[in-house]
Amino acid sequence: MDFSFIKQVTPMYKEAAFLTLHLALIGILLSLLLGLACALVKYYRIPVLKRIVGAYIELSRNTPLLIQLFFLYFAFPRMGIKLSSVQCAIIGLTFLGGSYMEETFRSALESVSKVQIESAQCIGLTPRQVTQYVILPQAFSVSIPGFCANVMFMIKETSVFSAVALADLMYVAKDLIGLYYKTEESLLLLCIAYFILLLPISLIAGFAERRLRYAQFGR
Amino acid sequence: MLSSDASVNMLDAIREAFGVLTMGTNTLRLLGGLWVTVWIALVSVAFSIVLGFLFGMLMTVKNRVVKTVCRIYLEFMRIMPQMVLLFLAYYGLTRMFSISLSGEAASILVFTLWGTAEMGDLVRGALESVPNHQYESGRAIGLTERQIFFYIIIPQTLRPLLPLSMNLITRMIKTTSLVVFVGVIEVVKIGQQIIEANRLTVPTASIAVYFVIFMMYFFVCWILSLAARAVERSQKR
Repeated sequence: MDFSFIKQVTPMYKEAAFLTLHLALIGILLSLLLGLACALVKYYRIPVLKRIVGAYIELSRNTPLLIQLFFLYFAFPRMGIKLSSVQCAIIGLTFLGGSYMEETFRSALESVSKVQIESAQCIGLTPRQVTQYVILPQAFSVSIPGFCANVMFMIKETSVFSAVALADLMYVAKDLIGLYYKTEESLLLLCIAYFILLLPISLIAGFAERRLRYAQFGR
Repeated sequence: MLSSDASVNMLDAIREAFGVLTMGTNTLRLLGGLWVTVWIALVSVAFSIVLGFLFGMLMTVKNRVVKTVCRIYLEFMRIMPQMVLLFLAYYGLTRMFSISLSGEAASILVFTLWGTAEMGDLVRGALESVPNHQYESGRAIGLTERQIFFYIIIPQTLRPLLPLSMNLITRMIKTTSLVVFVGVIEVVKIGQQIIEANRLTVPTASIAVYFVIFMMYFFVCWILSLAARAVERSQKR
């Protein structure tokens, strides 16, 4: 192990980690909105939109992010749509994450029992109030563990961004291996960086899951 | 006026691009590449189902040390992106232990290790969901512990595991798209070769090639997830 080398390149990893995190956050936020919209469309069974959302979900869930990115980055410019690598990364991640978020939110919405909705209607709440005060708050707490899992999944998926020439963690590691042949150090730092990014989320997800089980079953 | 011009150009580009697929054996080569990906996924899944069962049983052992070790292994496999694991196996192993694996071998190793962790967790869940009275009833009619395990517990875990492991196969196939980064000649690499070979004559080839690769992945995974859903539905009834 060459510790002076590690010290020297740590700032590069830090920068790359921030880029990864930054892109992941934008992607997560956008896919959160997309997922929520799609979940509501599916939950309320809105006629035509339902089919479009269904097709989108199948397409997004059954293809790897890498191929989606390649298509955006190499095929779109040939059709006259030029996208920068950052735009590609964000669009790709949102396209992928949207369907995962949709599934989490929809199953959370469906987990709110019918009795709850009927009781709310009985005491004279309007449909809007039912959604706002009865369905959404309950669905929200149910969706937290799934949401955390999705966040973790999406941050992990950012590792393919290096394929569209973004200087993320993977890219820095690949670069350093190629330039200095310091494979062990580069890979070690890469692992540590992903641990720092993902371990807290993993712990929060575990905690949320336990809390939820406690809230639901009281044990 | 301008916009209609642009759309005509776009259509021309797309038409020209798809001509590449009919040239020579390009489509067949892409299908061959897809098979490499699917093959790696299938071999890894076969290994990880066997090892995952053992790992899942290990996780239900009530020994603290065993439990902690399993937990750490599972967390490590869950937290590391598969791409990092591939790099560790392909570049790391070679440098640190002088074990030089081919791209295919490294991929199968990584996907087996990862699949074992994921499958193990599914098996653990299935084993824990078998209610206690099943064990007790088995004992009451005089079966040995081994008989209880093989004739009562295992059959009950297989049912919920079937759709879950089918979903795992889909995830595995999607993830094997990464093996191009450790030098395996699979569908993406062959696609890149076709694009490069036609760089001068058909500069728009990338549209068709990536579209076809996208659709190939889609159909393989879609059929699997439809099958998984059908199995799940038939079990619920």
